[in-house]
Amino acid sequence: MIQFLLNDELVTLDAVDTDLTVLSYLRETRKLTGSKEGCAAGDCGACTVVLVELEADNKTLHYRTINSCITFMSALAGKQLLTVEHLANNELHPVQQAMLEQHASQCGFCSPGFVMSMYALYQRTKSQQTSAQKTSAQKKKTQETHSDTQKQTLEREEVLTALSGNLCRCTGYRPIIDATLQACNGPSHAGFIEEQQKTQQRLLALIESQADSNRIAPTPSGPSGHAVHSDIKVNVKANNVFLPANTQELAELLTTYPSAKLVAGGTDLALQVTQALQPISHLISLNKIDTLRRVEVQGDALVIGAACPLNDLQPKLTHYWPELTELITRFASLPIRNQATLGGNIANASPIGDMPPALLALNASLVLDNGQQTRRLPLKDFFLDYRKTALKAGEWLDSIVIPLPSEFADTVQTRDASNFIESTTLTESSCLRRFYKVSKRYEDDISAVCAAFQIKVHDGKVTEVNTGFGGVAATPVECQALATALQGQTWQDEVCLVLGQKILKEAFAPIDDVRASAAYRRTLLANLWQRFWLETTQQNTAMPIRLVQHA
Amino acid sequence: MRKLIATQQAYPTSDKRSQKHESAKRQVTGTARYVDDLPEPANLLYAAVGTSNVASGTLRQLDLTAVKNSTGVVDVITAADVPGHLDIAPVFDGDPLLAHKQVAFHGQPLFAVIADSVMNARRAVQLAKIDIEPTAPILSVAAAHESNSHVRPPHYMQQGASDLALQQAPHTSEGHLSVGGQEHLYLEGQVSLAIPEEEDRILLYTSSQHPSEVQKLVAEVLNVKLHKVIVDMRRMGGGFGGKETQAAQWACLAALAARRTGRAVKLRLPRQQDMITTGKRHPFENHFTIGFDQQGKLLAADIDINGNCGHSADLSDAIVDRAMFHADNCYFIKDCQISGYRLKTNYVSHTAFRGFGGPQGMIMAEAMMDRIARITGQDPLTVRKHNLYGKENGTLTPYGMEIEHHLIADMLAQLEQSSAYWQRRDEIKAFNETSPIIKKGLALTPVKFGISFTAKHLNQAGALVHIYTDGSIQVNHGGTEMGQGLHTKIAQIAAHEFGVSIDDIEVTATRTDKVPNTSPTAASSGTDLNGKAVQNACQEIKRRLATFYCQEHLNKLDAESIAGVQFVDNKVTLEDTCIDFAELVQAAYIGRVSLSASGFYKTPKIHYDRETGTGRPFFYFAYGAAAAEVVIDTLTGESKVTQVDILHDVGHSLNPALDIGQIEGGFIQGMGWLTSEELCWNADGALTSNNLATYKIPAIGDTPAIFNVQLYDRPNEEESIYHSKAVGEPPFMLAISVWCALKDAIASLADYQVDPQLDPPATPEKVLAAIQVLKQKKGAA
Repeated sequence: MIQFLLNDELVTLDAVDTDLTVLSYLRETRKLTGSKEGCAAGDCGACTVVLVELEADNKTLHYRTINSCITFMSALAGKQLLTVEHLANNELHPVQQAMLEQHASQCGFCSPGFVMSMYALYQRTKSQQTSAQKTSAQKKKTQETHSDTQKQTLEREEVLTALSGNLCRCTGYRPIIDATLQACNGPSHAGFIEEQQKTQQRLLALIESQADSNRIAPTPSGPSGHAVHSDIKVNVKANNVFLPANTQELAELLTTYPSAKLVAGGTDLALQVTQALQPISHLISLNKIDTLRRVEVQGDALVIGAACPLNDLQPKLTHYWPELTELITRFASLPIRNQATLGGNIANASPIGDMPPALLALNASLVLDNGQQTRRLPLKDFFLDYRKTALKAGEWLDSIVIPLPSEFADTVQTRDASNFIESTTLTESSCLRRFYKVSKRYEDDISAVCAAFQIKVHDGKVTEVNTGFGGVAATPVECQALATALQGQTWQDEVCLVLGQKILKEAFAPIDDVRASAAYRRTLLANLWQRFWLETTQQNTAMPIRLVQHA
Repeated sequence: MRKLIATQQAYPTSDKRSQKHESAKRQVTGTARYVDDLPEPANLLYAAVGTSNVASGTLRQLDLTAVKNSTGVVDVITAADVPGHLDIAPVFDGDPLLAHKQVAFHGQPLFAVIADSVMNARRAVQLAKIDIEPTAPILSVAAAHESNSHVRPPHYMQQGASDLALQQAPHTSEGHLSVGGQEHLYLEGQVSLAIPEEEDRILLYTSSQHPSEVQKLVAEVLNVKLHKVIVDMRRMGGGFGGKETQAAQWACLAALAARRTGRAVKLRLPRQQDMITTGKRHPFENHFTIGFDQQGKLLAADIDINGNCGHSADLSDAIVDRAMFHADNCYFIKDCQISGYRLKTNYVSHTAFRGFGGPQGMIMAEAMMDRIARITGQDPLTVRKHNLYGKENGTLTPYGMEIEHHLIADMLAQLEQSSAYWQRRDEIKAFNETSPIIKKGLALTPVKFGISFTAKHLNQAGALVHIYTDGSIQVNHGGTEMGQGLHTKIAQIAAHEFGVSIDDIEVTATRTDKVPNTSPTAASSGTDLNGKAVQNACQEIKRRLATFYCQEHLNKLDAESIAGVQFVDNKVTLEDTCIDFAELVQAAYIGRVSLSASGFYKTPKIHYDRETGTGRPFFYFAYGAAAAEVVIDTLTGESKVTQVDILHDVGHSLNPALDIGQIEGGFIQGMGWLTSEELCWNADGALTSNNLATYKIPAIGDTPAIFNVQLYDRPNEEESIYHSKAVGEPPFMLAISVWCALKDAIASLADYQVDPQLDPPATPEKVLAAIQVLKQKKGAA
């Protein structure tokens, strides 16, 4: 049984097909045709809908845009699914009204998807503004200064991030950007708070109605402090769709159905259905196993549950490694990052997947589990060949373990990321990192080459080199030769630049494909190395090196 | 003859013109229906298409036994099952509904499966056993030239004696450009729903820019007369030319399946198949030889235009013609030879796409300007301004059409000022001198685009206007709504004519049983043609109402009075008399006056003689100019457009908001064509950029943060509808400024003395390659 709210209606499904996507359910079963199919692959956003879930405080609503065309029904359990049909009652929602006023729809086919992405951003912005106002009011009473209420207006950049998964072929986007800014920076619509309270209560009721004696105690909050309710009965089965509540059940299911597909975000698995038309015999959703969604510091490492969506783990990840910000936002569109998980990105073993190169350079290792025992494996030993991994039958990826940067590892308390300043003097120990991605389109594209570099320097000399590359071999790879050659060299010395370029140009045998030629990939490897060297050796010069500056 | 309703007040100039898109509210609420959203008829079946897996060959055997036995399959259709015409080509033969014996491209439809669900139909397709004996395909323009493989004969235009002039010119230079094609990527894919009606009648809902052609082809395929077929087209989720001719195939297949099964059938292509089986913007291989003087004046040009047409003619004849018509852009070329070749290759048949060959021709003109500028050491804008059509240089195009109205010099001057071109030029040069890795570039380029179908007979339109007894008005016309706002402008025209509120006008779905024998909504002509036809119908009804009003209410019978009646503010007035519009309509109905009329329009003045390559193919020209600033990364070739300033000529704008929407959208689409949108085929002729993961149209982050668009709001000198100008295609070519700006940024690496070779699309890989060549040249020098 799967229970969820479809807009304001409580839906209980005793059985769902393994390969039923949310979009097919909406359009074909429910005849709700506002959400469109543009590509059935999560690349255009015409099908965008919003999932609302309660954060761990059971109060705050979390709005998550997803591509309904590549989301299986299992993802809806315990949540509210909002579609474009929900937004306008007697009056248009402010985001719809703004679209109208800015002349932001032409053919209109992408508009419902845009409206839903705008809606999620609006709800998030207004919630933050509402709570900021409350805080501000309280602080005024106690005559404190209120610096955190400055952020009341939404910036253009935030709009671009929120709408990065929606393609429009008609407008050129300018009026859509303006409409989003207009709606989100205008007043909240009447009844906004009441609506939120109503939704919160309905979600709470839904969760409680599902809870019974089998309910597992509330678990630690997820990353960014939300989600994670274990509310589905043990071994819930809807046809051949399973939602195990813990790893024990998962192990049992894998024994019974060895060919079952594991799904967390499903952003790649769903393509087997929508593009290759392959059936799925049994589907096991990992969404209800809280331990697989944990993000926590253990000792000197950050441990990320394999089924944690990228956007949920991003705050913690970029807290420790702010240099990852660009790569993770360019990893995929927001709706994809709202679903896709780090574990999926690794276990999928694409030769390109953007996180594995970064994790290789960060010396990450993996914890594999089969319900009986766990084993730990360095990430570099996980990829055996093209789409082949060291995962054994009955085994799943439990978590990813990334050693914390030394400045964090040394002290138990965490430092504010904004205080993170790269050492520019290089006289003492420092760690230099960069993560680069080159693709035809800046947003929502797959890398021609992804390159990750981490270099430790002590007294100006290179002491350790870790690298990771995507798009240059059958698997994500590192370059050991580079590490050997640079050992002991003076980083500021141009020798490091020249050596690295020479080695990287010959290190791999990339292929020609639709994204890039082998020759271009080789040149990029050398040139990205140059970029890395320039960015980390230039001192006090204003030489621009990047087209777009990232935080 | 007296002018009808001579005193009608002029079309307004205020912001009130910016009516919202008539469907905007329905679009943003998800209630606007596209074909796949229509409530499904009972017992609906779904079709899927099976395609060839080689680019060229002979079909030996098509074993569909397993397909027929697959779950849910009701029927399977091959070429042998077509009762009427197998060829559904729009103009010249060569487009089989389903391939029969000969296979001409990788992905060519061979059969269709009809099943009880989309999934069952598509899965059944996978079970076909296809045996094709491959033959050597022709996969390049060069190979097609070698094999003398053309879909249509070459065409030539010439003026003066370019051979001699090239010999005598102080400077000469040659250039070659491989111009990439473009996938339409309308967000709504190809789709048709066919509903069998009584006996052999059939009703189709289709996403098509050309319902009349769908009607004709369906009738021919089914072997019935045209009057048995009705095509209904409310709106498309984007067209851009991709649904002009190439929507018909899917409608014909759905109709045939519906005929055979007696049940309604829907055929919607999955995105990947849509990208593989439908034609794109033509890739071109173009060449120029130019002669010029040290001042940068272009004296002579010999230009070869080679369109890669794919396996059949489709619209390629007119497309290559239009490329030729625009190879001059805004520049006078005294001695000029333009040769246009239409090469037949084993690719999908390339088709109409916004600009219709114009962009692929026009880019040559801008390439020539850049070349002259680099060789003579001048700023490209200086060279451009130096070569414009005008009294000083000359006013005759290579195809013998006189340029009568010279707007572009003034527009360039305005934009030069408003975009602070020279100040930014200095800033950019200073920046580049101190920035070894990141380089900036700037370019300001003009557009002159000819308005009219070059196939003369298409320049006609019809309309049907009804007034109901409550005074509300229904308007129907031959144009189709694909997002451009045509129905909105039409409603504004009807509202203006009758002097009523736009809420009193309902523009209904385009239907072949309301207005017959229509032209495609293409060539930017939608409003020009249909707007005039609607105006014509409105004026006919107004004449009847005015006559009735004068005779019955005022007892005035003279023509003067009738002509003096005005329709303003929901009232009908003559001098100091006045009656409510709805009241007059009521009275006229009781008085047995017909409240319905059809309208018609044909474009005047146009003619073209293919024998001599001369004439006046265009009613008028639409102009525009754009200044684009870019920044490139010389380590990776990545680029970003940081600022765009546009001044565009739409005549007297019918709706500034919609016009600006066309300009911005056209620009970004053009920018995609020239930067990130790369079509790739493998050595076997299979499309590898066949989904949205591998074919990248601009995303929201690609829109320049500074994007200024101004209208050059000035009446069209020609008698177009309220002196407005067409706006669908011209702005697309404003994006050539981006390509020129990228070249400008690259050229900075060699002190602006070398014109970089940058074949569009300028992907990061291509930009980096151009950079490397320049660095090597500079190193060698």
